[in-house]
Amino acid sequence: MGLLAEITPDITANYYLGLAALMFVVGGVGMLVRRNTLIMFMCVELMLNAVNLTFVTFAKTMNDAHGQAIVFFTLVVAAAEVAIGLAIIVAIFRRRQGVTADDIDQLAG
Amino acid sequence: MEAVVFFVAAAGVLAGALGVVLFRHPVYAALSLVGSMLAIAVLFLQQDADLVAIVQIVVYASAITVLFLFVIMLLGVDRSEARDTGHLFQRAAAVVLGVAVLVGIVGIVGNKWVAGTPASSAPLDDPRGGNVRAVAEVLFTDYIWAFEVVSVMLVIGVVGSVVLARRSRQIAAARQREEVSV
Repeated sequence: MGLLAEITPDITANYYLGLAALMFVVGGVGMLVRRNTLIMFMCVELMLNAVNLTFVTFAKTMNDAHGQAIVFFTLVVAAAEVAIGLAIIVAIFRRRQGVTADDIDQLAG
Repeated sequence: MEAVVFFVAAAGVLAGALGVVLFRHPVYAALSLVGSMLAIAVLFLQQDADLVAIVQIVVYASAITVLFLFVIMLLGVDRSEARDTGHLFQRAAAVVLGVAVLVGIVGIVGNKWVAGTPASSAPLDDPRGGNVRAVAEVLFTDYIWAFEVVSVMLVIGVVGSVVLARRSRQIAAARQREEVSV
């Protein structure tokens, strides 16, 4: 255990923030790259989670519970968004067989 | 020890996130989303966010993912993703854009832009164990109006999804009637 403590770095808030940034970017790139609307939705969830991690990290850094309280609002918004979004996807799928973003181009100019 | 937990959980988070983006099969993507959420919950626990970690597991890793899986199975889209190929330029542009955003975020964070004094709230590391009390105090005093508005938003969300699901059935019925009459 002593050796392990020597070779591993101290985990500061910057590690968490860096991980959150990385996760946010992975979600964002996935949002742009994938065409399946369900997976695009999952990428949005990834981005929301990255932001949650940032909030919790700052709450810990500043020893302030406000950051953790805001995470609850993000969670509620994410839940509502998933409920509505999946209902929209189901509605689209009933009218046309296919849920890729390329199929849904009626509003494209 | 904290470093070991952090790196294991971080590897889980990134593996799950990359799995969501890279798996062709939506079911696998949803399952790696679960893994990512659970690893995030571990990171929450490590930062004295007990309540948030539990809610993360209950709401995200369970409810939301089950909803995703349910819709995937319901629609039967777990087989068809033929159109996901192509768009090579778009993909390259997305990756370049992602790296640019990452550099931007890390640059901002590296400059230590976080400053100021914490607002008054109970300390996170409550000696009685857990920080449910601290979070609840903030949630039900400073954010009481936001809390109420969010409850209204949830009701609107439920009603909205019911309306969306119902109306499309009516349209389908109308279409069927049209087809029959034609």
